[in-house]
Amino acid sequence: MSRMSLVESLQVLHGLRRPDQVVLSTMAAAREWMKLGTHPLDFIYAPSAMGEAPALGLGMALARPDRQVIVLNGDGCMLMNLGVLVTITAAAPANFVLIVCDNSVYEVTGRQSTAAAEGARPPDTAVDFCRIARGCGFAATCEFERIEEWQAAAPQVLAARGPTFVLLKVASIPGGEVPRSPAPPVERASAFAEALRQSS
Amino acid sequence: MFSGSQIVAELQNLGITHVVWLPDSTLGQWEEALSSASEIKLVRVCREGEAWAIAMGLSLGGARPLVMIQCTGLFDSGDSLRNALYDFGVPLFAVIGYRSALNKAANDSARTFTEPNLKSWGLDYRLIDAPEKLPELAAHYAVCREAQKPGVVLIAEGKM
Repeated sequence: MSRMSLVESLQVLHGLRRPDQVVLSTMAAAREWMKLGTHPLDFIYAPSAMGEAPALGLGMALARPDRQVIVLNGDGCMLMNLGVLVTITAAAPANFVLIVCDNSVYEVTGRQSTAAAEGARPPDTAVDFCRIARGCGFAATCEFERIEEWQAAAPQVLAARGPTFVLLKVASIPGGEVPRSPAPPVERASAFAEALRQSS
Repeated sequence: MFSGSQIVAELQNLGITHVVWLPDSTLGQWEEALSSASEIKLVRVCREGEAWAIAMGLSLGGARPLVMIQCTGLFDSGDSLRNALYDFGVPLFAVIGYRSALNKAANDSARTFTEPNLKSWGLDYRLIDAPEKLPELAAHYAVCREAQKPGVVLIAEGKM
């Protein structure tokens, strides 16, 4: 089965995104999310501390329980800090959605396999992110490989009480580059904080 | 050196809303007071790097967080604090347990590298190594907040 395209998967979310939702994106997802347009409550996490996007989103969600925070993470980023799944479920923010766009490679460095990639592991030792998330206490977990399935389920997934974990199996993009900050990061941080404050 | 109720009183006076922490044996004695403080939420992390990112998110969301970790966790925090403090310019404040600081005879590399580490990150810090120095926590926090710069208070650990 061929994986859905990252761009199409993000277009589904973009089409459903409400004006009051925060969308935090990193790595390949950030690069492609920026191309779909801008929004005051978008936080493009670039430059990033790789692996920390879910923690950053958790902080936003705890500060603003009246706003749903959607984090677009990569599988390589997720692997860097699996412990944050436990941190998230301990804090239990109902307004938190973690979407992992799993392309099984470090795309921005040239598509090297992650340690979880099927071809980089012994047979029959597949890594199951959703089972890990369930084991860490996520009440809602789901996985999609076909765009039609994600498209059909996305409204219910986003409407569920969080914290929610979503795995999207996406195809990697040849030549995909590191996302660049669309403006000076310090200015963007201030603008985002102000937009979030004014969105009350 | 300090009781949990003393620390909670200080933090409440500063308007701290969230303590993002991973305790050591000294800081850990404050858990009951911190977790029962009505105006402070305790956020438990699994690794210290998370603490800076969570605090950054809290700060952008309008809260007033404080990171509370041991110096060994500071060593583990590098990329995360670099990004929050210097890429995005979020002026976070931390209380850091300074392992073996009061045990001058202890052969502990954690003590050796703590202050050089803070200096290398360009972090303005104060050392609290005696009970009468507790007011320096609030004073340094106020200075850093006024200047919109990050800051650290080291709590000396070990036998006095």
